[in-house]
Amino acid sequence: MRSGQRGTFRERNFKYLLVGPAIFVLLLIGVFPLVYLLMVSFQGITMTETSTDFIGFANYRQLFSDARLWQALLHTVIITAIALPIELVLGLAMAQLFLDRLPGRAIFIALLVLPVVVSPIVSGATWALLFNHRFGPINQIIGWFMGRETILLWTINPNLVYPAIITAEIWQWTPFMFLLLLAALGSVDRSQIEAAAIDGAGWWRTFFRIVLPAIAPVMTVAVLIRGLDLFRLFDIVWALTQGGPGTMTETISVFTYIKGFRQFETSYTAAVALLVIVLLSTLVMYLLRRVELAR
Amino acid sequence: MTPLAGRHRVRLCLRLVAAVALTLIFMFPIYWLYMISFKTASEIYAFPPKWYPSSFNFDTYRVLFRDGDAATVGNSLIVAFCSTALAMFLGFICAYSLARFSTGGKHLANWIISQRMIPPIAVVFPIFLLYVWFGLVDTYVGVILLYTAFNLPYVIWMMRSYILDVPRALEESALVDGYTRWQVLWKVLLPMCRAGLAATTIFTFVFAWNDFIFALVLTRTEVATYTVQITHYFGGQSNFWAKISAMSVLGTLPIFVVTAFMQRYFVRGISLGAVKG
Repeated sequence: MRSGQRGTFRERNFKYLLVGPAIFVLLLIGVFPLVYLLMVSFQGITMTETSTDFIGFANYRQLFSDARLWQALLHTVIITAIALPIELVLGLAMAQLFLDRLPGRAIFIALLVLPVVVSPIVSGATWALLFNHRFGPINQIIGWFMGRETILLWTINPNLVYPAIITAEIWQWTPFMFLLLLAALGSVDRSQIEAAAIDGAGWWRTFFRIVLPAIAPVMTVAVLIRGLDLFRLFDIVWALTQGGPGTMTETISVFTYIKGFRQFETSYTAAVALLVIVLLSTLVMYLLRRVELAR
Repeated sequence: MTPLAGRHRVRLCLRLVAAVALTLIFMFPIYWLYMISFKTASEIYAFPPKWYPSSFNFDTYRVLFRDGDAATVGNSLIVAFCSTALAMFLGFICAYSLARFSTGGKHLANWIISQRMIPPIAVVFPIFLLYVWFGLVDTYVGVILLYTAFNLPYVIWMMRSYILDVPRALEESALVDGYTRWQVLWKVLLPMCRAGLAATTIFTFVFAWNDFIFALVLTRTEVATYTVQITHYFGGQSNFWAKISAMSVLGTLPIFVVTAFMQRYFVRGISLGAVKG
């Protein structure tokens, strides 16, 4: 019963008409700029240089010798490598805590979800207030434990900026992990767990042999989504340190922004942006092939 | 009381204590942020810090409304609303085609979702140059178009996953009854996807509402959103903290209220449909 055989032109092309407008917008905003980016990256436009002559691969050569760029990439990887496992483990522990019946469970969960929907720039600003060395409560609380007045310069001291950024990041996104893992834990087959208990398996053994494998696909998806988000990290860092002190906390997004919109190295920024897109697309394509995201 | 029931009770109490402690820790930043907006300048800059205002004072809010800063929340509303409506319409019909006719095969679907993964900073740069060219910087049209494009992959991906859950038989019997494909889409399928549409709409809206980097680059004064407005207060001294706080309250409170009502849609929404919530 295929409609195509007897259908009119309109009927046969219906499926393309439906896809058309969306594809058009995506091409306009998603692909056209990339082509433009490619072109600009071969030119030599800067704040003072407006000539659009092509200068070959100079910008790409500069990529490889730009230590600040690779450091920004490294900072991004460091933050991801520390924040992501903590979010995962903490989220899993919280999911386990709220899995069984608990008085007020729905209210706890409703409150714990809130950080996820706060705009990242707002949460960055919030943590800037909390970490303020003099008027913020964090130094005050640390002072109580130390038993004396404590002034820690969270957003200035090179040893403390990363803990500050990572704390804000963990606060905002652990609830994300928590929600996904709670849903995953809730759908684990209870009879298997009970059978394991009857066989005398302890809690940890049951957890590692039965529960963890069962929720592994969800964990993979959660890590994938968060990993990609962390790779694009901008707002929280912008609100807390703007990449400082110096360039110590510049992530790849912050670096690109400063190059393009503060220093106006237009063509070089285009090359950086393309590098980021190529790196990330390769990663995404590889991962999408490995993980079946949503069927 | 048997020893087993006693142990059970102790465990429940411990879990409850842990739950309360966790919730307090996670709520504290929001509490602190909100409270600053009600403090007077001397309370904000008190040392040691004061944990609550002596009385609720709304002066900061009054200033925000008087100076027109609060209008940026209106800008956020306009661009988030329009781009969501547009993305939902275009995304829904596209998702239908992908789900029912496998238009473009797996490659098109994968290409669409990969669009979502591109870092905003990389696309916003050429788009900015493009917008300068076309005079779209700091216009509603420019921002709405960009948010629509940025949200489309998400909407298409989500709606495709929901439509795939609706049995085909319903649509086929409607076709036999003489409905056109277009009518089937709106009269049969749309009502079946109501939950999915609601969830996807909310998330699309929240993305646009919370966005900072696109708005930072593409707006100046006319259509500056509340997230951009907040960063204008950064780095200052005196009463700027109160403004950051009050503006954040205006920007987050609507989302909190919506979230409270949409709780059950959350899991599927934030997991790109990978986890059926």
